[in-house]
Amino acid sequence: MNRRAQLSALLALPMLWLIGIYIFSLVMLLVTAFWVTDPFTSKVKPGFTLRNFEQIIANPAYASTSLRTLGIALAVTVLSILISVPLGIFMAKVASPKLRAILAVAITLPLWAGYLVKILAMRITFTEEGFFNSMLGPLGISGPGFSIVTVVLTLTYLWLPYMAVPVYTAIRQLPPNLFDASSDLGAGAGFTIRTVVLPLIRPAIIAGSIFTFSLSLGDYIAAKFVGGSTQMIGSIIASNINLNPPIAAAFSLVPIAFVVIYLVSVQRTGALERM
Amino acid sequence: MLRLSLGAKFTLGTIVAIALAFMYIPLFLVVINSFSAARLSSWPIAEFSTIWWEKAFVSEPIRAALLNSVIVGLGATVIALILGTLVAFALQRYTFFGKQTVNLLVVLPIALPGIVTGVALNNTYNQVLEPIGIEVGYFGMIIAHGTFCIVMVFNNVLARLRRINPSIEEASRDLGATPLQTFRLVTFPQFRSAFVAGAILAFALSFDEVVVTIFTAPPGVDTLPLWIMNQMARPNEASLVNVVATVVILASFIPVWVSQRLARGADERE
Repeated sequence: MNRRAQLSALLALPMLWLIGIYIFSLVMLLVTAFWVTDPFTSKVKPGFTLRNFEQIIANPAYASTSLRTLGIALAVTVLSILISVPLGIFMAKVASPKLRAILAVAITLPLWAGYLVKILAMRITFTEEGFFNSMLGPLGISGPGFSIVTVVLTLTYLWLPYMAVPVYTAIRQLPPNLFDASSDLGAGAGFTIRTVVLPLIRPAIIAGSIFTFSLSLGDYIAAKFVGGSTQMIGSIIASNINLNPPIAAAFSLVPIAFVVIYLVSVQRTGALERM
Repeated sequence: MLRLSLGAKFTLGTIVAIALAFMYIPLFLVVINSFSAARLSSWPIAEFSTIWWEKAFVSEPIRAALLNSVIVGLGATVIALILGTLVAFALQRYTFFGKQTVNLLVVLPIALPGIVTGVALNNTYNQVLEPIGIEVGYFGMIIAHGTFCIVMVFNNVLARLRRINPSIEEASRDLGATPLQTFRLVTFPQFRSAFVAGAILAFALSFDEVVVTIFTAPPGVDTLPLWIMNQMARPNEASLVNVVATVVILASFIPVWVSQRLARGADERE
């Protein structure tokens, strides 16, 4: 067998699957976004209309939900960075080797604990008679309850390891003599972190942010269970999937567009090549 | 050396402590609430009891949901093992036009938000296949899970193949082994642990998946995450959910433990 035939034999089945099922479905989703729903029978008919897109743009609820989701995804990303950088510096530069090993396991372990389990855990923590209010109530602090704040906290809880692990790895790999040079030249710790550490770990932060951003963008289960009345893009898609599939299809292009825009703008920084 | 003042070290340590508390207290609350006698989760816990554990063990819906999760997970893992290994070999052993595209195709189902994958497959099943008389039913869920699990096997096997010394296979061929013998006796043993690790990750990913499952599960069929979600939506026996969630937390240590052992085994051999 020549190499070309061998390659075809290897790729035939996977490509048939991925293109025939997955890419086909994505294309059909795009096509369905232009189809028509009969308002009386709610049967979907093939056709071509831009009405679904007009509805999405014209309906202020859809626009505000898109913006809210975008804001939540950005907030989760920023919060993850704010936790991961001090965590990484502490683990790499302050902790003893033993404590470092323990912390390395501790930050990856929750990744496995189950997505819904973690949402359930946050629900128990922040519910009205829950742990948070009961612990901090005597201090006069009342928790965020089920609100957009809790959604951001929960999504950060879910996706933090995707940011914390690459940031910690990047800080560990920084050559120690950089820190010596910086301090010999008279820089304090804060100045060293700002001017030496942060620029060098930027690729890791960007790599992590792709996960925290795109995973938050597509999520709606957190909003459903800890968000009170908070709606995200996914909530609208999910509530339309049976009643009005073309609207759901059209609206699912919004998160795709956000992710693509994010990836392109990140790519221009040159961080993707170094991932 | 990064010279941090004592105050700075203290601040960093405090942030780490808060982050760890933020990660572990909620999980701890789930575990402790599974032993609460009350129907609803609350804090502090008024009375402890194992009643919900007893109920969970005899619950028929939980058993059915667990069985579904295992069936779907195993089906998805088999699909992912076959397709993921094939692509890994193609990308590692050959150079060809469109290599990057093939790589992207494998990663895409997990890179796009789950809701997009779920809605796209749901749309294909309901608006394209059903009108022409094809009912995917239960298999729709397995197909969906298999699709996004491919990348797990692919990543693990590809990383291992890159480290295999090609001269060992050449030696095997020179000594007269058929290609099949070479694969069975020389190539496969070298990437077996990556293959197993990929399988565990694929199974774990499928076992935990919610959003894609919501859109691809046939009516009336629950996987374990779907069962948990439906119970959370009508929280009259919340403590029962805590029992299942506790078991999931404990079970989640298994893949971590196994993959660490496999990684250690691979390091020792090198």
